[in-house]
Formats: sequence, structure tokens, C-alpha cells
Amino acid sequence: MLSIKDLTVNVNDKKILKGINLEVKAGEIHAIMGPNGSGKSTLAHVLSGKSGYEVTGGSVTYQDKDLLDMPPEIRAREGVFLAFQYPVEIPGVSNVYLLKAALNAIRKYNGLDEVDAMDFLMLVKGKVKALEMDEKFLYRAVNEGFSGGEKKRNEILQMAILEPKLCILDETDSGLDIDALKIVADGVNSLRSPDRSFIMVTHYQRLLDYIKPDFVHVLAHGQIITSGGPELALELEEKGYGWLEDGQVAA
Amino acid sequence: MNTALNQYAAAYPELAAAMPGQGLSWLQQLRADAFTQFASHGFPSPREEDWRYTNVSALEKKAFNPVSAATTSFVDADCLKQYQLADAWSLVLVDGRFDARLSNIQGLPDAVQVMAMAEALQLHAGQVASYFGKAVDTAEHGFIAFNNAWFTDGVFVHIPAGQILAKPIQCLHIVTQEGSLATTRNVLVLGDHASAQWVETFVGADVGYLSATVTEAFVGQNAELTAYKVQCESAKAYHFGGLYIKQARDARCIQHNFAFGGLLARTDIRADLEQAAECELNGLYLGVKRQHIDNHTRINHVQSHATSRQLYKGVLDDRARGVFQGRVVVAEQAQKTDSNMSNRNLLLSADAEVDTKPQLEIYADDVKCGHGVTIGQLDEKSVFYLQSRCIDEATARNMLTFAFANEMVDKVTLPTLKALLLQFLLKHFPQNSYVD
Repeated sequence: MLSIKDLTVNVNDKKILKGINLEVKAGEIHAIMGPNGSGKSTLAHVLSGKSGYEVTGGSVTYQDKDLLDMPPEIRAREGVFLAFQYPVEIPGVSNVYLLKAALNAIRKYNGLDEVDAMDFLMLVKGKVKALEMDEKFLYRAVNEGFSGGEKKRNEILQMAILEPKLCILDETDSGLDIDALKIVADGVNSLRSPDRSFIMVTHYQRLLDYIKPDFVHVLAHGQIITSGGPELALELEEKGYGWLEDGQVAA
Repeated sequence: MNTALNQYAAAYPELAAAMPGQGLSWLQQLRADAFTQFASHGFPSPREEDWRYTNVSALEKKAFNPVSAATTSFVDADCLKQYQLADAWSLVLVDGRFDARLSNIQGLPDAVQVMAMAEALQLHAGQVASYFGKAVDTAEHGFIAFNNAWFTDGVFVHIPAGQILAKPIQCLHIVTQEGSLATTRNVLVLGDHASAQWVETFVGADVGYLSATVTEAFVGQNAELTAYKVQCESAKAYHFGGLYIKQARDARCIQHNFAFGGLLARTDIRADLEQAAECELNGLYLGVKRQHIDNHTRINHVQSHATSRQLYKGVLDDRARGVFQGRVVVAEQAQKTDSNMSNRNLLLSADAEVDTKPQLEIYADDVKCGHGVTIGQLDEKSVFYLQSRCIDEATARNMLTFAFANEMVDKVTLPTLKALLLQFLLKHFPQNSYVD
């Protein structure tokens, strides 16, 4: 599904990612953990096509296509979805309008007709209910005045509607209380399928208690310094990142 | 006085003889004084603080002439339909003169007076005299002097005390002829506890003309006025319009000002607030190409406990220029005034320009007054967010701009007008479809 090879990225001439290698196969969940400033969010942003990042080397292949060559909206239409750490407030554009515009953009890209208005409402209302959101949210401006938890839930709602193939969750657990975390995790788990992959960027083990990853990678100083199974996350929670970083310096 | 001004002044004596209100000495005096004032001072100059961003010298170079009653165009009723609200009592002014054929005031309550200004000056001169020139006078600026001397017609609306009008009254101004001058004067009176909606719409043929208009509105005690101005003049036209509102004690007024058309357009809105009056001024100006759109507001808090709110938004593209000057004056006795003024501007091109100047003048010592101004471009984070949701960049920018402007249309409570304004916005920002 996704193959990242020797990816190096600069921000304002500063090296942030210094050779990332990562293979994500269909149906897999990868957690990327690491201390602040290690480049986790940069990786998520580069994959989704945000400007301001200079790719200086390496490649990213997504479904046999060069991902880095596509503008952000084409990546999204191809099935790459970024759930933002800080979802943006967009006054004047209602949630339901954005959802419909986004879904129709994908359908058009895939040569399908626009979604029928009634079918669309049925679809959206079902997903809203599953995420324990109030239907009123649909008619409010995108994220405007939403609490932190509501914003994150809204991201998962969009993800559920757009049915991406590769979901990148950037610190989706930050700012969530336990109840909200559980709802968001349930939402993600319900989307798990053999042909859908996830990359979860997170600081903490706690999200991984609810969404069980297949692989855990530790990113520090712009490189993946170690990888392992879910047990690695537990070890990190216990010992912190220090021992790994020290080890890397020693090596 | 320069030679260009002479064109207007020189033509005046001949015109004056045909203007309405010949037999009324008070009006003849008012016109004579206004003419004298205009003849010596002319149109406002950029040297005046209130006009420093808007240069009207083009008017002095091209002489615009009033259309005589005999040559007024025949306007096809069908072509007005796109601007005429279906659920309103409708008054139509063609080239500065009331057109009874196009107007429709059937079903108005008997106690409500709605008629052409020229007719009102014949039939109800005493009543008109007690309001005319009482909300604004010749000394205000050159266009008021000009309007006082030159006005050919307009409408007079009197809504008696306690009368609540179910439908809005729309006054539709249309100018049809190249080089013409349409000078109109309206007086709108709401008695105590009355309630009304007033819509003024300005349109014109795709030619150059000058539309100069003044409306005086008197809102009685505890009365309620919702007023709309929709300025869709031709792209070659000059528009100068003033709305001067006097709000009595506890009177409420909400005014929405949509400035879309004109090559050079200026609107002045002034409200004088008595005790505990409430005033809300909303504005939206959209400028493209070389349009110059100027909006001036002034709120005078004359007495205590009054509230005022202002939100003006502007979107300027290409080489367009926008101006907002908002002034709030709080008199010494106007304690407990609560006032807020906000002006937000979106510049879509490097050549677009906006000059904004909020002013607070506070002479009382126990008030709450605030103001804020922003000038900026679209938020790139928002653009990327929409792109990450499958929307291409051009559509994303269009959607965000539309959303910025639509906030002001959303405030309109009159459904038919809201639909009309939305149509306009969608034409202006074509990549949007709209879901309610």
C-alpha cells in the first residue's frame, strides 16, 4: 500500500526527517511514537501534501504511484486521509456541505455520479449516530466553536464518510478525555478492514490500548530508531524514550 | 468655482422651474440655500477628512443631466422581476421619477401613506415639511446640498403609530439612460411602536450615469425598522447614497448594506440614538476590476443606555479599492453606552486595496466601546484543510471567500431578499453550489 524509502525532508533548510524507511501493507496498523520534535507530525504532513516542507531525497510510493507528485486533493481522492491534530475551524462552511463536497469530489474523480441527496443524508446520519454526535453538528460551521473532543470526533466522521484506504491519524488522542477517546477508538476500529491501513502518530500508549497496532515504530531525531510489535509501546510507556535515544547516540 | 462645476450650476435655473414643490416657500428657500452652498463649494473634495480616500472629481469632468419627465424611458416590467421582491409592496423610480405603472401597493393598510415625493409635496406638504431636512441638512456635505437642490422625486412613506406591516416596502431605483442624473429623495416615518421593513434597491442599464440619493428615516419611540440597501448599479455608474436615521427613545433599527455595483460608489449611513435605542449596522462590499467602493457610517449616541453594533466585511479583488470609515460619537450625557464596531477585509489580489478607519469619540465616562479591524488574505491552513478533504485549491479558495461574504447574507431575515442576495453571491463566486 505505502512504501517510504530514505525520505529526507527539510523545513526552512533544517533537516527534520533524515532517512525514513517504512512499509505499510493493506490492512495493517502502524503506530509511530516518539518524543516531541522528533518529526512525527512532519511525516504525517508530508504524506498528506502540506506545503512548507522540502523533500530533499527518497521516495514515497502509494499504490504503485508516486505520492509526492500529487497535489493534496488528488492524494485525498486517491484515498489518503489525514485526521488533523488541530482541525481547522471554517466559519461559514457547514459540516454537511463540506462532507458532501468532499464525497462528490471523490466520486467525480472515480467517474461516478454525484451522490443522491437522500442517500447522502441517510449515510451521514447513520455515521453521526455511531459516533454519538448530535445531528445539529452537521449544520454547524466546520469545527467552529467545537470542543477539542468534538473536533476529533468530527475528523473521524469525515473519515467514516470518505472511506479512505490509508488513514493517517496525527495525535488523534491529544485533548481527549477517556470517554471521547473510547468513542473515537471505536470509530476507528469499526473502519478496520483487510484493505484499509492506518498510520497512527501518537505520544502515548493509551490510544494503543483501544486501537491495537500491528507494528510500533519509534521516531527520534528524524529517523526510525527501532521497530517492534505492540509490546514495544508498553515498554516505552514504562521506560520513556531516553534509553532508546541514548542507545542510538552510543551506537 | 471651477468651470466644470459651472456645468451643473449653469444648468440649474432652467431645471429648477420644473422641480416639484414650486409653490412651497419653505422648500424653495431650502433649495435656494442648498444651491448657493453647492455653487460655492461643489462636490466634496479629498481635502475634507471624510472624503480623503474617495476622489469625486470625475463627476465634475462629465456633466450628468437629469432626464426630463417627457423623455423618461419605458421600462419593461418583466426585466425588473429579478430585483423586485415577490412578497413586497413595491415602489419603482425610473430615472429619478416615480413610476406608478410599475409600482404596486395594493393591500396596504389605509392608514399607511405611501406615495411619490412629488405627489406628497402637493397633497401633504405640511406633513412632509415637518420631516424633510430634519435628519440631515445642507451643511453635512456637498452631496446633501446637491440633493436638496436637485432632487426630482422620491417616495414618502408614513406608517402611523402602532402599525405593524406584514410585508416589506421595497423602493427600486432604476436608471436607464447614458449620461443621466437621477437625484432622489425619500422620507420614511415610523410612528411610535410601529414596525416595518424597508428595502432600497439600486440598479441600472449597462451605461454610465450618476445616481445621487438621500433617505431620511424617523423611527418613533419603541418602533422597529429593518432596513436594507442593495446597491447593484451598473459597472460604469457613479453612486452616492445617504441614509440618515433618527431613532427616538427605545427605537430599534437594523440596517444591512450590500454594496456590489458601481464604478465609484459611496454610501453614508448615520444614526442618531436617543435613550436606550438599539442600532445594528451590517455591511458587505465586494469589489472587482477597478471598482471603488466607499462606506461611511456614523453613530451618534446622543442619550444614555443606547446600544450600537457594527460589522462591515469587504472582499476586494483585482485592482478594486474599498474604504470603510466608521465613526461612533458618544455625547457627554450618553452614559452606559454600549458600542462595538468591527471591520474585516479580505484582499484577494496584490493590487487590491482597502483603507479602513474606525474612530471612537467618547465624551462620557461610563461607557463600553470597542472596535476592531482586520485586513488579510485567506487562511492557508483552511485552504490546506479543504484540499486534504478532496477539494481542489481554486474551489477551496472560492468556498472560503464565499463563506466569508455569506455571513452577512445569512443575517438577512427576509427570505425572498436572502434568496436574491444568495443568487448574487453564487454568481460572484461561481464554484459554489449551496446546500441549506
